Amino acid sequence: MKLIINGESIVFPEQQGHIYQLLCHLQMEQRIVIVELNGNIISKSAYETTLLSDEDRIEIVHFVGGG
Amino acid sequence: MKSPLRIGPHTFESRLLLGTGKFPDFDIQRKAVEVSKTEILTFAIRRMNVFEPTQPNFLESLDLNKYTLLPNTAGASTAEEAVRIARLAKASELCDMIKVEVIGDAKTLLPDPLETYRACEILLDEGFIVLPYISDDVILARRLQELGVHAVMPGASPIGTGLGLLNPHHLSFIIEQATVPVIVDAGIGTPSDAAKAMELGADAVLLNTAVSGAKDPVKMAEAMMWAVEAGRLGYEAGRIPMKRYASASSPLEGIPT
Repeated sequence: MKLIINGESIVFPEQQGHIYQLLCHLQMEQRIVIVELNGNIISKSAYETTLLSDEDRIEIVHFVGGG
Repeated sequence: MKSPLRIGPHTFESRLLLGTGKFPDFDIQRKAVEVSKTEILTFAIRRMNVFEPTQPNFLESLDLNKYTLLPNTAGASTAEEAVRIARLAKASELCDMIKVEVIGDAKTLLPDPLETYRACEILLDEGFIVLPYISDDVILARRLQELGVHAVMPGASPIGTGLGLLNPHHLSFIIEQATVPVIVDAGIGTPSDAAKAMELGADAVLLNTAVSGAKDPVKMAEAMMWAVEAGRLGYEAGRIPMKRYASASSPLEGIPT
């Protein structure tokens, strides 16, 4: 399926999948990240139950240096 | 016995809050954080680079039992944007405090008071520990503390300028009326600026560029640690009143003639 992640069009090579599978695909499952799906923040406990659909818009953010 | 810093439910020994932006490298940053003895570190929330998932991240290299995270809402220019960033930060399940930073002007980076107030209102309702970054506006500080914020963070001078305390008089008004901690945030350039803010009675100082941009950030981090300590001790000790003319320290009697 095709996903829009952080404004970039990315092909996720699965017909079906949830957030955790996507993070594994992106090699981010061990990272401290926060995920927003179509404008809704997804809690960590829901990563393995929240299914993705074609054309979903996803934001993956993290903590960076700042004052 | 030094008094601790209390922000909402949290208690801290250190009164120096350190930003994590613009350090030359992670090694210098780790050492600077260590010698600063800070217990509160600020961070920004930004998009992950999905094409470089293995890029190193400073936060992930920290012992998170040792530090309390204070994410900011930098990048927001409206209350709604700030609230969104705050919610993202909280969803990390690593923090409950938020530095509300809603910038109203790109050139001076001065905060927008109305948007800041609105953001604080929403975030307090949602149970955040709310620390708004504000200019040295005495009335806004009072209105925010009446709203229920957990600390106010007036700037000493514009972010990153290193101009020091431009209006110590207004800062002292804010401190005088405060019922919540006053954290002087932004514009600190030198250890004497930090010490001066603490001598005025500020409860803490938040700085970033003064350390990260110094020629030797580790040494400056240590200098700031001492400056904040010295300023606080001096404030608690109570300074002498200023006099126009001299008064001798040595006895006037018994001078051998």
